[in-house]
Amino acid sequence: MKLKLEKRPEPSRLMLYASPVGAVIVTMIVGAIIFSIIGYDGLGAVYQVFIAPVATSYKWSDVAIKASPLILIGVGLAVGNRAAIWNIGAEGQYVVGALAGAGIGLLTQNATGPWILPLMILAGIIGGAIWGAIPAWLRTSFNVNETLSSLMLTYVAIHLMNYLVTGPWKDPTGFSFPQTPLVTADQTLPIIIPGTQIHLGVAITLVIAVVMWLLMTRSVFGFQIRVVGSAPQAARHGGFSHKQTVWLAFLLSGGMAGLAGIFEVCGPFSQISLGFPQNYGFTAIIVAFLGRLNPLGVILAGIVLAITYVGGDMAQSALQLPNASKGIFQAMMLFFLLASDILVRYRLRLVRRAPAAVSATVPERSAA
Amino acid sequence: MNMNRRRFIQASATTAIAAALPLIHSPAYADTPLKVGYVYVGPVNDGGWNTAHEAARQQMLKELGDKVTSTYVASVNEGPDSERVFRDLANQGCGLIFGTSFGYMDSLMKVAKDFPNIKFEMCTGFKKAPNVANYNIRFHEGRSVIGTIAGMLTKTNVGGYLATFPVPEVVSGINSFQLSAQKVNPKFRTKVIWINTWFDPAKEADAARALIDQGCDVMTQHTDSPAAVQVCESKGIPTFGQGADQSKFAPTMCKTSTEDQWGPFYISAAKDVLAGTWKNTDEYWGMKEGAIQMAPITNVPDNVKAAGDKIIAGWKDGSYNVYAGPIKDQKGNVKVAEGSSLSFDDILGLNWLVDGVDGNMG
Amino acid sequence: MSLDYLIAVLITVVGASTPILFAGLGELVAEKSGVLNLGVEGMMLIGAIAAFATVDQLGNPWLAVVAAAAAGAAVSMIFAVLTLSLSANQVATGLALTIFGTGLSTLIGNNFTGRAIKTFEPLFPAALASNPIGRVVFGYSPLVYFSFIMVALVAWFLRGTRAGLILRAVGENDLSAHSIGYSVTGVRYAAVAFGGAMAGIGGATFPLVLTPLWAEGLTGGRGWIAIALVVFAGWRPVWLLAGAYFFGLLSTFELYAKASGASWTSILPSEAWAALPYLATVVVLAVISASKQAGGNAPACLGKPFIPSA
Repeated sequence: MKLKLEKRPEPSRLMLYASPVGAVIVTMIVGAIIFSIIGYDGLGAVYQVFIAPVATSYKWSDVAIKASPLILIGVGLAVGNRAAIWNIGAEGQYVVGALAGAGIGLLTQNATGPWILPLMILAGIIGGAIWGAIPAWLRTSFNVNETLSSLMLTYVAIHLMNYLVTGPWKDPTGFSFPQTPLVTADQTLPIIIPGTQIHLGVAITLVIAVVMWLLMTRSVFGFQIRVVGSAPQAARHGGFSHKQTVWLAFLLSGGMAGLAGIFEVCGPFSQISLGFPQNYGFTAIIVAFLGRLNPLGVILAGIVLAITYVGGDMAQSALQLPNASKGIFQAMMLFFLLASDILVRYRLRLVRRAPAAVSATVPERSAA
Repeated sequence: MNMNRRRFIQASATTAIAAALPLIHSPAYADTPLKVGYVYVGPVNDGGWNTAHEAARQQMLKELGDKVTSTYVASVNEGPDSERVFRDLANQGCGLIFGTSFGYMDSLMKVAKDFPNIKFEMCTGFKKAPNVANYNIRFHEGRSVIGTIAGMLTKTNVGGYLATFPVPEVVSGINSFQLSAQKVNPKFRTKVIWINTWFDPAKEADAARALIDQGCDVMTQHTDSPAAVQVCESKGIPTFGQGADQSKFAPTMCKTSTEDQWGPFYISAAKDVLAGTWKNTDEYWGMKEGAIQMAPITNVPDNVKAAGDKIIAGWKDGSYNVYAGPIKDQKGNVKVAEGSSLSFDDILGLNWLVDGVDGNMG
Repeated sequence: MSLDYLIAVLITVVGASTPILFAGLGELVAEKSGVLNLGVEGMMLIGAIAAFATVDQLGNPWLAVVAAAAAGAAVSMIFAVLTLSLSANQVATGLALTIFGTGLSTLIGNNFTGRAIKTFEPLFPAALASNPIGRVVFGYSPLVYFSFIMVALVAWFLRGTRAGLILRAVGENDLSAHSIGYSVTGVRYAAVAFGGAMAGIGGATFPLVLTPLWAEGLTGGRGWIAIALVVFAGWRPVWLLAGAYFFGLLSTFELYAKASGASWTSILPSEAWAALPYLATVVVLAVISASKQAGGNAPACLGKPFIPSA
């Protein structure tokens, strides 16, 4: 008698949706045990990290504004990853988008009018898209692995930000602190729910996520992305150019990351300082996967990850749980999700000794 | 669906309670212990900046006993994360909140606006509000002791200064080092390297090596790890610790360290809030107030130690001021005339380097 | 520019290059077998804290190297089980490993921050290293010499042994290797473990050679550089050595140029110098990837899960 993995006739939808939820729950259980073993209040830790932010209503605002950039970048990455295009440089595109928007902001510091904010937002999208275009160009023209090029460019982007923030863009009235001037009232995203910090960017993010979902499930573009990712040969026969898909994926995810960047500048941060990069570009990769590369799933996954960030602080101040615990919980969720991934395509069967004549299908070359 | 409804009811109940909280916690702190919150930018056991703040918080707890309770959150990023933590502490009922990194300033101001009854103290900040005060240490006093010792110990007359980003505090440290060294050694020059990262010990070590290889035979640094200090020990270069006593990383080469003593200020601020006499004036304390002290000066000739001790005494009795004119900048312009000196505001916003420093602003 | 000065620079360059050389070698072997493990940074950090803790508690730096290798290999097994036995996506799993390794090393390291350790005794008698030429040859930490030995060993293994041939076959055409009778999964497990061990040793280089302390995030992103280096080197060990030193040279150059205060260094802002190694890597990647002959192509099965027919 042994446990055998048997390929399902078609992927299990139940497992597809249940596994992320299961991953979170298993993380909570395993996390509680592990932290108890190493000497902390395990149950308390899990409660503070996962439940308290949801149970404490004044924390919802924090969760929402933390989730917003994660969701926005995550949706962009999800689209690219569906096409087996790995944009690891979203953090750099986020920063460059923010810089582009902030640059417009500096030029329009003394101007007023409702056109300023949209212009900054547009600049943010374009800035991020341009930074994403570089790895796309390198991939399509020189066959450079996009994972590596986009990653290297992230460091370049951060150094560029450091230069601008400590030099030409430093606030002249700011006692030489390395930060740009604060955005003006015309450059600030309005708060849409009074009494909270929830800004317009949060609403726009949700709208974009839904739009991307519609696009992915109901448009030719979405079809192109999915086919290029799962069956490249078929894609070529169907007339979908891989190069064009690379460009689309990077421009899209770069633009979205840039948009997330400018939203942060015009919203929660109100400026750019040395501490501006928050690793959203990397965390969004987890969000994309936890959301099963589906924009609606990404919304939920973004909220879950945001909860762990907010909960991590709460656990620190309530239990003195170390800050590093957040990363461990987040990684565990992804581990368990990836581990359970296989149950979507295969099922566990107890088989007797007799050799199993399992379906002799041609092995897949899927990268998902 | 059940889950949603249950959650909704629970959430409504929580909302109702949360809404009532401000009413329950009235601003009369005299009868309940004062809750004091601290937000740190790094880990509490870094052996430097954050360790000093935490030690001071403990001193406050000991001194004020059951009149205060306290909590801290560490390794908080500047920006919205810090805003969230400040709000959290405010919502938890803190009456006094300290933000210990200049990067928190704008976030702290935002939260302070929403909680006018809570007092906020911003470390190394400069913005003003009715319930916000800034506090700072005259680090340049400590740097001048270091500069004096360095000026006397050097044989090549070149000192190395490892710096991160050109913020005023760092610039002031460099200037004070150079000015005090050249007072005892007119030929002294300072080479500066900006490593443009708050945290990369391996890079700090390499930069220290680069400075030493370029001829610096005394070194100091303004970084968050003791990596540079360790390099100096291995190369036999006199060096100095920062934030706390770092001699355990360089037992023979670390001649002294600046030790940030935030304790006296924390105690004083908490007492003021308890007594209802807190004001939003900016405080800028130094050796006289006990806010900065030097670790014992060790492993140097007696005359060098005596010179260092004299500088310390000079700050305490007002007879020594490293920023007294004339002071020239790198281009030779006289920035401070003879007979006057840099004001505190000037020091807090310092963005130019003095003559004798080799290296640009970043 | 005296000889002493040049030698001092060289020694610093060697120090900067060694960790990425170790980590790069490990990743090279893993990738040759067809596995793309992006968790190098996490494994390096685990190795670094394992090494630090071992020396701090037990006082023996050699034991620390072993501990670092073991820790790196152990943590790489999480990646191996997920990607090799459960066919999980390698990119995502690698990233999760990086995040996990970073968090875990910080958590463990909390107990060790603010402590100093002793490192290796010099390998060669001091007399040999007293003159400049001697220092260039004999003045390094034992780990540096070990890194050169490993380059040679890995190169020989891949080209000159049967086991190496099998590993390459598994990376180029896993189905054929499987049909011949080789255990693709087994070979890959071993390759990933080796990658983890080497990454661990690379991380250990930080507290044992460069900065005898622990601080969270000690490796400062070098793990990602190591991954880029493998591509840079066209998956060839000797080219990896050159690449690692090229990168080390660029990083060190930035600091020495600034320290020298030479006026030409100020034509670019200092951040530009700091960004230079990354830009250079991108440029070299473009040149190498465009030319199909240079440096050999990526292993054909790189990053793809192995799913045998029944």
